[in-house]
Amino acid sequence: MNKIDNLKKYIVKKKLKLDCGKEISNFPLAYETFGELNEGKNNGILIFHALTGDQFPHGINPITNKEGWWNYALGPNKAIDTNKFFVISANVIGGCMGSFGPSSIDPSTNKPYGSNFPVITINDMVNAQNFLLDHFKIKKLFAVIGGSMGGMQVLQFVSNFPNKADVAIPIACTASHSAQNIALNELGRQAIMADKEWDKGKYLENGKSPSKGLAVARMAAHITYLSKKGLQEKFGRKLQERDALKFGFDADFQIESYLRYQGSVFVDRFDANSYLYITRAMDYFDLTKQFDGNLSDAFKGSKTKFFIISFTSDWLYPTSENREIVIALNAIGADVGFIEITSDKGHDSFLLDVPDFLNSVKNFLNNSYKNIHEARI
Amino acid sequence: MKQEFKIISSLINENSKILDVGCGNGELMKYILENISKNIRGLEISKKNVQECIEKGLTVIEGNAELDLGQFPAESFNYVILSQTLQAFLNPEKVLYELLRVGKKAIVTIPNFGHWKVRIDLLFKGTMPVTENLPNEWYNTPNLHMCTIKDFVTFCNQRQLKLTKSISLSGKKVSYIKKNNLNYKNLTSELGIFEIEK
Repeated sequence: MNKIDNLKKYIVKKKLKLDCGKEISNFPLAYETFGELNEGKNNGILIFHALTGDQFPHGINPITNKEGWWNYALGPNKAIDTNKFFVISANVIGGCMGSFGPSSIDPSTNKPYGSNFPVITINDMVNAQNFLLDHFKIKKLFAVIGGSMGGMQVLQFVSNFPNKADVAIPIACTASHSAQNIALNELGRQAIMADKEWDKGKYLENGKSPSKGLAVARMAAHITYLSKKGLQEKFGRKLQERDALKFGFDADFQIESYLRYQGSVFVDRFDANSYLYITRAMDYFDLTKQFDGNLSDAFKGSKTKFFIISFTSDWLYPTSENREIVIALNAIGADVGFIEITSDKGHDSFLLDVPDFLNSVKNFLNNSYKNIHEARI
Repeated sequence: MKQEFKIISSLINENSKILDVGCGNGELMKYILENISKNIRGLEISKKNVQECIEKGLTVIEGNAELDLGQFPAESFNYVILSQTLQAFLNPEKVLYELLRVGKKAIVTIPNFGHWKVRIDLLFKGTMPVTENLPNEWYNTPNLHMCTIKDFVTFCNQRQLKLTKSISLSGKKVSYIKKNNLNYKNLTSELGIFEIEK
């Protein structure tokens, strides 16, 4: 826990009214920044992380000692060029990398909140992170960018703050979590809650750990991040360190071994209750419903320039759902570009080395910045 | 820049709102953006072309004109441009009506199948024409619905679509197509450029 306590944090003093009705204040937002804010304070980019991400997209995460989750896309001379832009990345509320979350200590009991943590939404996450802009005295960001749940936050951010970002890049996301998305998240939650060690959410105070349930949740989710073709090409029916089937339930196949490994490393870095709360926030996300069934209204009056990106093999947030956002924006004459990137790497494509994707982001950001901030004649 | 694009650009008023349908690699859009109006976007089916447009700093939506024009509200653009693509659609009539719904004016260019070189290929060689504007063989051409300038003018007249400007392009030579020279222009034009209103 000490290591987490030492992470860089901004304490939000102001009150934040959550969608569930509760009010929070004096809560921590763990964040990192990359690059330098320029004099005009017009090169700021706020990036939003996905379900299991954190404030370390670049460099080495000091808690996990692993490379940042967006190292392919973000860094000096990368698509999101930190030589040029000032990037702010915060851990979402509900998370477990230092921001206010279910593993935070409840001052009224001196125990972790656990299941007493308020149910949070994508809207709450975005409103909380907006306070960081005050901290850096940034009136208007150049860009808001995020993939998957990060993309949902991008959409919510632009909707909540219509003129606080020049450009917005929602990637591989949706404006409304589908029944299939909710079903898959529920599968993960049930795996966690079925683990006796979960202990109705009080595992931290009782010295337990629902790592088996959390690992199963991660295994199931991990499958949804890949494509059938990608899995088949990488693993096929290859056997794991054996020449023949063993007629048992050990990991005979490489894919089984791979998933078990993914599950086991995940439990070391992620909190089970955070997983419950954040998946819930995703399920509750329905920007269309927030605007009485008309998604276009979410963006009415916004001058933000949108660039929406989907991937051919992403079946979790398929192109059709990303296109719904494009359609809603076109309906109000908003400035919107869209590309579907060809990739066999499934939903995870946005985190991986997919050159067409990375080039698109780089070109879009650099050209937009030039047009908006450098081309004044 | 292609002569065709120069003519299209000359038809567009400054600072109008423009949609370039089938914008290709964005050459025309870039010219218009830099010289005529910042308010321009493209719709393009090829991913490679979309990438090139993004490289040029253009706003482009990957999509299919036959399916994706429906998402734009009526008259959301002053001009909708369709350069040498009408003949490649499954249903050109439907697309043309969509162009005229989305835009106040449509600028449509068509490769003229009535050009004398095309006629000679068919008449003397007895083979499907292959020319500069129609570079493909019969088996790999994307063009499903070739027409002549005369066909297109008749088509618009029958539907009471107003051809507010009709321009012939032959090599670098630009001239107007009129009622009394239609048969002649149908023989000499490589390309017809039309500004159309409902």
